[in-house]
Amino acid sequence: MDIPYTVQPRPDTGLYNAKVGIWLFLASEVMLFGALFSSYILLRVGAPDGYWPHGWLNVPVGTANTLVLITSSITTVMAWASLKMNQFGRFKFYHACTILFALTFVGIKSYEYHDKFTHYSIKLADGRLADGHLDEKSKDFDLAKKQGKIVIHGHVVNLAAANENLKEELKTIYDPHSAEGKKAKHSKLEFNASEIASMETYGPWHNTYTAIYFTLTGLHALHVIGGAIVISFLWSFGAKMWKTDPERFTNRIEISGLFWHFVDLVWIFLFPVLYLL
Amino acid sequence: MATAIPHTGVHEVHHHETDFWRTYVFSTDHKIIGIQYAVTALFFLFFGFLLMVMMRWQIAHPGQPVPLVGFLLERVLHNAQGASLAPKGIINGDLYNSFGAMHGTIMVFMAIVPLAFAAFGNYVVPLQIGAPDMAFPRVNMASYQAYVLGGLIMFISFFIPDGAAQAGWTSYSPLATSIATNGQTFWLVGMIFLITSSLLGAVNFIATIIQLRAPGMTWMRLPFFVWAQFVTAFLLLLAFPPLEAAGVMQLMDKVAHTSFFLPTGLAVGGQLANVSGGGSPLLWQHLFWFLGHPEVYVLILPAMGIVGEIIANNTRKPLWGYKSLVYSVLTIGFLSFIVWAHHMYLTGMGNRVATFFQTTTMIISIPSVIILTCMFLSLWGGSIRFNTPMLFVMAFLPMFGIGGLTGLPLGFNFSDLHLHDTYYIIAHFHYIVAPGTIFALFAGIYFWFPKITGRMMSEFWGKVHFWSSLIFMNLIFQPMFAQGMAGMLRRMVDGGANYSQAQVPGGLGGLSPHMLDLHRFILYAAILLGLAQIPFIINLFWSINHGVKVNSDNPWQSTTLEWQTPTPPPHGNFAQVPEVHRGPYEYSVPGHSTDFTPQNESEQRIPNPITKPLPA
Repeated sequence: MDIPYTVQPRPDTGLYNAKVGIWLFLASEVMLFGALFSSYILLRVGAPDGYWPHGWLNVPVGTANTLVLITSSITTVMAWASLKMNQFGRFKFYHACTILFALTFVGIKSYEYHDKFTHYSIKLADGRLADGHLDEKSKDFDLAKKQGKIVIHGHVVNLAAANENLKEELKTIYDPHSAEGKKAKHSKLEFNASEIASMETYGPWHNTYTAIYFTLTGLHALHVIGGAIVISFLWSFGAKMWKTDPERFTNRIEISGLFWHFVDLVWIFLFPVLYLL
Repeated sequence: MATAIPHTGVHEVHHHETDFWRTYVFSTDHKIIGIQYAVTALFFLFFGFLLMVMMRWQIAHPGQPVPLVGFLLERVLHNAQGASLAPKGIINGDLYNSFGAMHGTIMVFMAIVPLAFAAFGNYVVPLQIGAPDMAFPRVNMASYQAYVLGGLIMFISFFIPDGAAQAGWTSYSPLATSIATNGQTFWLVGMIFLITSSLLGAVNFIATIIQLRAPGMTWMRLPFFVWAQFVTAFLLLLAFPPLEAAGVMQLMDKVAHTSFFLPTGLAVGGQLANVSGGGSPLLWQHLFWFLGHPEVYVLILPAMGIVGEIIANNTRKPLWGYKSLVYSVLTIGFLSFIVWAHHMYLTGMGNRVATFFQTTTMIISIPSVIILTCMFLSLWGGSIRFNTPMLFVMAFLPMFGIGGLTGLPLGFNFSDLHLHDTYYIIAHFHYIVAPGTIFALFAGIYFWFPKITGRMMSEFWGKVHFWSSLIFMNLIFQPMFAQGMAGMLRRMVDGGANYSQAQVPGGLGGLSPHMLDLHRFILYAAILLGLAQIPFIINLFWSINHGVKVNSDNPWQSTTLEWQTPTPPPHGNFAQVPEVHRGPYEYSVPGHSTDFTPQNESEQRIPNPITKPLPA
């Protein structure tokens, strides 16, 4: 049984089946990420004044990641073009580059995530809020048993400050690169567990900004990893199809490239929305 | 069960001989996958029905142990402390809520959509367009497996400590994540699998219909069933992902303690919840109903497709208004994306937004009415054969009419204010899905059974099944309109006793004893409806090996391509690629010796008796 148009395009549509399939799949992915972006908009518009964070993400690092992905999109096209020009060796080279760039992206993202998971927001028993990056935690640290010490590098905010000052105080947390935000002096702060009412890291649970940040970038990263796995398979075991059915193999590279471009495109939207705006 | 691979006797010439597992379990053949979907979906349909009967019994007898199965519920369902969820066999409020939530979820996502879209679509669409299989057979297998996994997760969730999800099939936050049990987590993970299954299926259907039509099968020669499935696939493709996103977010609310849908200041059980807040419960509703509304068109469009096929075949006439039907399904597809907030009129939306959704909702009723009207008009002047499929399909027309018309007061915000979340809504949507879609699906089973098995189902028992189902379905749902208009709300384990005139004597709007008595009437009708399915189930299985054998590959004398194959169609469907020469409903064409001309029959030159007299 032969399914027609798996390799040769159908004359009236000009497409082979897998191309139709991947474009349809990408349409559904647009709706998926679109829903998340819409949620971002709704959550941000609904946030009270002064409580939506700015400048919590490192722009140069994000820019680097953007360039990594854009370059990987270029190398994936070069890989497909190499096959079209019958140059298997060059295909292997460019495809390998794509995989390496993908891994670099995930690596940089992990570094960013790690930064968030070591950034603590500590509610002190006396009502003040301490905020900073972890320096060290004593080995016997246990909040429930009220034992141990924690050292962070950051600043303390007085939440009980009078109204006019509260906005300024909040800006040191929610807009650290603004003029008021920069006024906070960062230093080494040490607290005993007994002084702490509660504490948490800047994970998804911290506020809706981190929640949507981790969900959007997490889902995107899963797509990067998934795409990288497929591309790796095609680079390694899948490459033997070049010997038996070169046209079909080239089409597979084209399809994976289309998916990869989509993943890149999502990041092109994610970067300005999360990092710049 | 008849095999998809024809037996070639002692001399096995087949190159692709595969073992039992590859042929029947891990199959990539669209016909086997279609049957797999049908069998699984029918099981879930039956299970969802049982949940409903238990619920209806409890509503009619609040606080009393459920007979027959009460002891089973007591034994099998436990909470986290080990105590039974149904002590003494009585379904309490929480258990009732989980039955209700799962009845809706199972019926919509695990019974109707897999049966109407995946089962019938998988089996019939490639045959009707003249293709050897779906465009992506392995993706097809993957989509069935994802469905089974999702269904299993949902099914198992009943038996975990504290039981299944309890917050309705709509799973509104903050309730959904505030209930401290794991049922909701299972529901969300199950939904992700089910949505993945639908997305893979949708990609397959659309690519197949675009790319694999046989030569001569132009778009306007497609059977209406294929058009309906095409639009349904687009609805699934584009509407499900927002729910998937919402499901991921709600799952994160539950396990990662985010606050996507949890507002600031949320208190659970009198205590301030330990969450960051800042979220929006409305966001969940918007994302859910953005799928939810196209979803209901997913439930009805394949059914309308089946109705079209069976009407044309049994009136021996082309469908009236083929072009109108095609443009109407396409219009419904587009419009269904911009009406969703008519499910949210009571959320405090402003007049302008409400007016927008009211307007689009009224507009979308137009193509729906056009489709129904075309079906009705198709009957006029037809040479009607009243076989079982035709009876179900003819009943579909007024039943869907009732369901659709009763939706009009719901589309208007001013009347919906009174009717929202009452039994009126339950009656409205069940009329569309139960004596609507399910009747069309029954019709499809009776209609395509001879192609799948080579035997007819019993006509007599088919008619028994039809009349009893029609009567009892109406007896169940008709009273609910009255109950709803009297103010009886949905999802109440005591059936409204708390709001009865007995409970609040002299109070305005208390439910009358008559309204509450109707619960028992509805219960009896539901039990009888269940009993009425027994002859169908027996008929279905018995006829596989003992039904009357068909004497041709085309026992209904149909024009469409699925009937122009061997019975059952072999792997690859057509011995040679069919060539299509005409439209899908060339019935009773003047001058032809038969009253039907199959789409792929070769052209013959028939002298026109009016302009050219026949030779003497």
